[in-house]
Amino acid sequence: MLTYLRKRIISSALPLVVVVVGVFALARMTGNPAALYLPLNATQQMRDDFTARNGLDQPLLVQMADYFGGVLRLDFGQSLRTGQDAAAMALRAFPATLQLAATTMVLAVVLAVIVGCWAALKPNGIADRISSFISMAAASIPDFWLAIVGIWIFAITLGWVPTSGVSGASAWVLPIATLLLRPFGVLVQIVRGSMVSALSEPYIKLARSRGAGELRVVTHHALRNAAAPALTVAGDLTVGLVNGAVVVETIFGWPGIGKLMIDSILQRDFAVLQAAVLLTAVAIFALNILIDMGYALLDARVRPVTVKA
Amino acid sequence: MKTAADPSTLRRTRGNAATESQAHDVVLQVSGLAVDIRTHRGTVRAVNSVGFEARAGETLALLGESGCGKSMTAKALAGIMDPVCDLADGQIVLNGTDLAALTPKERLKFAGPELGIVFQDALTALNPVYTVGTQLGEAFRIHRGLNAKQAKAEAIELMKRVGIPEPESRVNSYPHQFSGGMRQRILIAMAVALNPRLLIADEPTTALDVTVQAQIMQLLRKLREEGQMAVILITHDLAVVAEEADSVAVMYAGNVVESGPVAEVFADPRHPYTKGLLESVPVHLERGDQLKSIPGSPPELHDIPSGCVYQSRCPMVQDICRAERPALRPAGRRRTQSGAATAEADLEQATSAGTNDGGATDRPVRTAACHFSEEITNA
Repeated sequence: MLTYLRKRIISSALPLVVVVVGVFALARMTGNPAALYLPLNATQQMRDDFTARNGLDQPLLVQMADYFGGVLRLDFGQSLRTGQDAAAMALRAFPATLQLAATTMVLAVVLAVIVGCWAALKPNGIADRISSFISMAAASIPDFWLAIVGIWIFAITLGWVPTSGVSGASAWVLPIATLLLRPFGVLVQIVRGSMVSALSEPYIKLARSRGAGELRVVTHHALRNAAAPALTVAGDLTVGLVNGAVVVETIFGWPGIGKLMIDSILQRDFAVLQAAVLLTAVAIFALNILIDMGYALLDARVRPVTVKA
Repeated sequence: MKTAADPSTLRRTRGNAATESQAHDVVLQVSGLAVDIRTHRGTVRAVNSVGFEARAGETLALLGESGCGKSMTAKALAGIMDPVCDLADGQIVLNGTDLAALTPKERLKFAGPELGIVFQDALTALNPVYTVGTQLGEAFRIHRGLNAKQAKAEAIELMKRVGIPEPESRVNSYPHQFSGGMRQRILIAMAVALNPRLLIADEPTTALDVTVQAQIMQLLRKLREEGQMAVILITHDLAVVAEEADSVAVMYAGNVVESGPVAEVFADPRHPYTKGLLESVPVHLERGDQLKSIPGSPPELHDIPSGCVYQSRCPMVQDICRAERPALRPAGRRRTQSGAATAEADLEQATSAGTNDGGATDRPVRTAACHFSEEITNA
């Protein structure tokens, strides 16, 4: 297992470099921060000074080499905006995103498994039709629209929850509800599909012929076989959430990594943007390794270390 | 007796079984069994008024080609039909209980302790994500309330019983880590875990190579004798029927067209379909001879003719066959001079002898569903 982990970490190094190079180059195409940070009437001398002070007058390759040199020493640069350490800012924003993402995914998976199994018990039955309608709608509603409607109804009209911020448990309700919908809808369809096919397998019939009741057949025999596709999709959806639920974090003023990224793009705060992207990329690679380990846990056939046959 | 002198016959071994009194008791009596399949083109009847009985310590073969309803019958007996299938009619009386009248929940009590089933493809019949030990032990956990450790011990015992080497270590292996023959043994072990009265084997050797087939059939025979189980063997293999079965029910297009003791049916078929099947076995052919076959194919379930189900392929079809479906009625026993030997004889002897007729009173009655069953001659 350790060999496997080491291999995975080494093989993910190159993609990480590519991500950072890409963000580095793209960020610099958005324009010179001097235009944003200096007053409108600043002289050319002041602009040149600002550019030189932040190293932005150097050729792109030199800037990049400089940056990577820093990264190797775990120095990710300072924020243009606040002067703080960029890595510290990214790390400070990340837990808020992770909490939101984790809570959302746990809820989405649990709900989707329950609804998906319920639907799969009788394909084309009433439960199946209802859940298919709900999940289709859930997967299709745009989150920004839902967020705004949610704020309008529950925060402004009814006043049950705050419109934004992280003050207290009630502030979690709208962001989670908004984020939850799409993963839930997508996962219900995946769980339902893989459960229907698992339940029609001969080993399910054989389990019934041994006297296994419906509950045991579904939870013990079918669900574990149906879990792999759901795990893949859930992983993919989690990546989307960890990546910063940019829209939802912006709408609800959630101080997460997505909001940090948007803010640093708007402010041409390159160091912070790069640190945030790198952190997210590392998190996503870690998540993918976890998902692969999840497959191995579920199914002996895909275990990297083969058991003696 | 003539039979006892012949060591190759199965009857003799069975005669030695300790529980002679139990042997030949009717364990399962099926009558009027009908299964409907709901399709998008309407409901079709896949199994139609099928009846037979299985006796303790004996093997009943359900013989027929693909799609004749033999597997569907097996699934109906075991209560594991696909969701689109309905048990439309009939009784499945197992040890005095009509399974067909039970709710699916009540039926679970019988699944395992009273009735076990073995499938054709052992790889898909085993759950790939659990060790064989877990799956072998499941019946004990469900029906006997054993804990995981006790169930595993039982699983090891079972693996020993069906001849899997090194059961102590193999119990923790997964199905994909076994060969096809070993997987089939595991499947059989699972079916006999709780010593059921009835074992249904649905083409247990079809997916295996020939050398392994013989071992598996031998294992089934051994377990049948040890447990005095009634075995229902579903197969399309005439040779397997001849070697393993005591009685046979020949199915065609969802109907039993002929049934009776194997030796009698094979020696003296009373239905043109049985006759056609037997003639398609290349027994006395030379290299270069044409293989015989039954021309045509079975009717689609969507348009089973109203008369005899076999009319479109029958060489001796008459007007009445198209108008009226023949009922399954007692046939045979034209030559009542009893010769007990015949029932014990295997296919080859029976085919060569050809003319004898079994007279034992406990033998299942010979029946055939043909208007002209008396006129079929075993040329």
